[in-house]
Amino acid sequence: MSYISKPKFMHPEMSTNDLGLTRRDYEGTLTTLCGGCGHDSISAAIIQAASGMSLEPHRVAKISGIGCSSKIPSYFLSKSHGFNSVHGRMPSVATGANIANKNLHYVGISGDGDSASIGLGQFCHIVRRRINMLYIVANNGTYGLTKGQLSATADLGSTTKSGEESQFDNIDMATLAIELGASFVARSFSGDKEQLIPLLQAGLTHKGFAFIDIVSPCVTFNNTDASAHGYKNTWENYIALSALDFVPMRKEITTSYAAGKEKEITLHDGSVIHLHKTNGNYDPYDKENALHHINQHKKQGKIATGLLYINQSTSDLHELQDTVDKPFNSLNSHDLCPGNEALSDINNTFR
Amino acid sequence: MPKLISSSKVHTIPKVNDFVIKFANVNGSGSASANNMFAKALFRMGIPVSPHNIFPSNIQGLPTWYEVRINEAGYLGRREGVDLMVAMNEQTIKKDIDSVVSGGFILYDSSKALANELHRDDVHYLPIPLKDICLQEFEKPAQRQLFKNIVYVGALSAFLNIDFKVLTEMVSDQFRGKEKLILPNIHALELGHQYASENFDCPLPLQLKTSDKNKSKILIDGNTAIGLGCVYGGATIGAWYPLTPSTSVVESFRKYCNRLRIDPGTGKKKFSIIQAEDELAAIGIAIGAGWNGARAFTASSGPGVSLMQEFLGLAYFSEVPVVLFNIQRVGPSTGMPTRSQQSDLLTCAYASHGDTKHILLFPATPKECFEFAADSFDLADRIQSPIIVMSDLELGMNDQICDTLNWDDKREYDRGKVLNADQLEEIEKFGRYLDSDDDGIPYRTYPGTHPSKGSYFTRGSSHDAYAAYTEDGNTYAEMMDRLTKKMITAISYLPEPEISETKNKLGMIYLGTTTSAIQETIDSLGKKGISLDTMRIRAFPFHDSVADFINSHELVYVIEQNRDAQLKSLLKIECNANESQMHSILSYNGILITATHIEADILASMPELTITESLPA
Repeated sequence: MSYISKPKFMHPEMSTNDLGLTRRDYEGTLTTLCGGCGHDSISAAIIQAASGMSLEPHRVAKISGIGCSSKIPSYFLSKSHGFNSVHGRMPSVATGANIANKNLHYVGISGDGDSASIGLGQFCHIVRRRINMLYIVANNGTYGLTKGQLSATADLGSTTKSGEESQFDNIDMATLAIELGASFVARSFSGDKEQLIPLLQAGLTHKGFAFIDIVSPCVTFNNTDASAHGYKNTWENYIALSALDFVPMRKEITTSYAAGKEKEITLHDGSVIHLHKTNGNYDPYDKENALHHINQHKKQGKIATGLLYINQSTSDLHELQDTVDKPFNSLNSHDLCPGNEALSDINNTFR
Repeated sequence: MPKLISSSKVHTIPKVNDFVIKFANVNGSGSASANNMFAKALFRMGIPVSPHNIFPSNIQGLPTWYEVRINEAGYLGRREGVDLMVAMNEQTIKKDIDSVVSGGFILYDSSKALANELHRDDVHYLPIPLKDICLQEFEKPAQRQLFKNIVYVGALSAFLNIDFKVLTEMVSDQFRGKEKLILPNIHALELGHQYASENFDCPLPLQLKTSDKNKSKILIDGNTAIGLGCVYGGATIGAWYPLTPSTSVVESFRKYCNRLRIDPGTGKKKFSIIQAEDELAAIGIAIGAGWNGARAFTASSGPGVSLMQEFLGLAYFSEVPVVLFNIQRVGPSTGMPTRSQQSDLLTCAYASHGDTKHILLFPATPKECFEFAADSFDLADRIQSPIIVMSDLELGMNDQICDTLNWDDKREYDRGKVLNADQLEEIEKFGRYLDSDDDGIPYRTYPGTHPSKGSYFTRGSSHDAYAAYTEDGNTYAEMMDRLTKKMITAISYLPEPEISETKNKLGMIYLGTTTSAIQETIDSLGKKGISLDTMRIRAFPFHDSVADFINSHELVYVIEQNRDAQLKSLLKIECNANESQMHSILSYNGILITATHIEADILASMPELTITESLPA
């Protein structure tokens, strides 16, 4: 339980990262989710991703809505500030926080109920506004915390543990994000750390709105064979379009790859994503192709994963609004108040 | 040349600087700027003047009125009865003519004959062929329409003795940079002035006389003043969703930010305005920014404030500063979107589910709108809770005369209890919700402050002093009790009620725009031998002096502009005030309450009292 503090003991020779921090420094409180929950794998992946890329924990702000997914921020980066807000409204809180201080990393954690139902409107608009952040949807196709109702991402025809069948088409968060202008869109699986960790690192580094839809099975309410979001279905129908590595900016690139087999994407800070192609000549810069690719696989009952789309030439909200370099939350009365002389000029315009 | 005054033989008692003139127009016909010019000219002549827009929820075609009261004594509330009607709207002309007082005047467009049923024996008619004049003098169709309005202002300048130079100066000011427009506007004014002077005995018995009442005054609307107050108060983020009558708050903020908040070195902006997808997102953005240490606000009205309820509860319980400007309009539901009311008091005082209480500020003038807007950001940071500034359409969207705005250049923003990295170093263990100072207000930190200290988890779920989730009932209850204590501390930071007391047995309690009718009521009742003490409430939760005022009077009239006596309810709940000690005077037709209404209600209540006892010795 989160009010039981997590034991801090560790191996004396536990490895440290560039900041001299161990994996422990990136952990959170003890999870209160069910044993085997996909969401706990996401927390673990975030811990490894942040630690591996030597992210300063206190320079991250974690923001979530309500639901099982939105509890996740408690379970990683306890040295970061977190904000567990209201159901479906994480995007607006994250937007305000981001405007207030452009210099932090923002990680939004949401679920399919939180982002595809009650918060679908806010999700659409945060994508449109190009907030510089990593937005994660821990997607299990069910309402876990209220005991297993269907969510809007549950596939047509899939059934809940109690036998309720989904009669409606599902909302695909990844295609929606691409269509609305997200500049980094990926899909992954909580069980596939090899793919998920580099995606998280790339998403955290990407400048602009980065979205990762993570299929994350609900072991208690939605892990049946008939569920598209269960472990069995996901493993069986999982199509990784490329394996990938993430090399942070400060690391020397040592691995070499056979020419023609890799695609290299350099992010704005000099970090590099290596895509090892397993799926022909997939071009992650091609929006139309990305949508086609996802939809084609969906028709066959497959889940297309990996880095689906990236566009590094868009501006984020701060660039669009041309805000000052100093974070707003550090501006004081000297910076902000025009003073009495300006006011007396303004008075004259009302005479 | 024969001069007609009118067909009427009715005599009119001459009135100088004390009458009401009303313009009845069609929405979208360009009358607003002409009518504003009229009111501002009077202001520049030093005459106390108060214009009121009574407009439809419509862009074009529906009736709209502009009512201007002129009163040398400074009674600038509304007054019933129209002395001079500028009847420019055929849809409403019957009702408009009927609303003119006996002996009053009606200016109308005589290009078309007035229907027989519109003739009254007890008023004077001032026929001017506005359409024909404009057809003859102007070529462009748009000018022919627009200048009808300017021609009647020109005619009024002859009828009422307005200083013509003031009008021409105003035209020059208004069209500075668009010089081509100055001459035709002045020509239109002259046409009206000339027609009136040549065809009628000018001036009328209703006259304006230059005065000196507006020294050190400005003519400004409340929403403009709020937007300016946000700039001075250090707001960097305005998130909003368009909603009448609050929209002009953000328009004003944008205008003054573009003028005053551009970094001179880089040209970059020290502000961000986000037009959100709805009011939920608008307040969510403001709360996210407040949590992260920037000053942020949203502006809305009833329907939007209803949507914001859940977030207001979150900000109260997780103690995040945020400022909300509620420019109240007539509810419930869509109600009358372009009419004014004070009907959100209860819904804001206790907004959101569960036990909550919010700080409300009640400005009564544009100057207070400016000051309370600026102060609200200090208060939000100091108290770490939502601050709701309760204006209304009447104050927000109408120009009013008020004292000039001032700013103390020595003033520094109060950012409240925020720990920086050095302060965190000295603390063994940071507790976000610890009551370290025994005043109910805890310390907070901004994200990113210190590598290992000061981080915490903000949540709307029950939490302990260290911000950890808890379902322990006692811990929860302790948190709720501390929040109660915090609200008591908050009162010492809030503006005190304005009390005028001379040991009368009767008192009046009111707030906001009701104030405009009070002095007139007091003076009028005073002439009848009835004296009352007054208390203008400026903030909620109430200071102790509010309960003291009620308890020190035999009876207080609680005057407010809603159906359900919401202020009286708040007084009962919060001051433990006796029902029998309070008498409600209510107005809820959407139009500003008048002194006549208040006085009539007070007089009507008198038989219930032993009047002689209530009179001063």
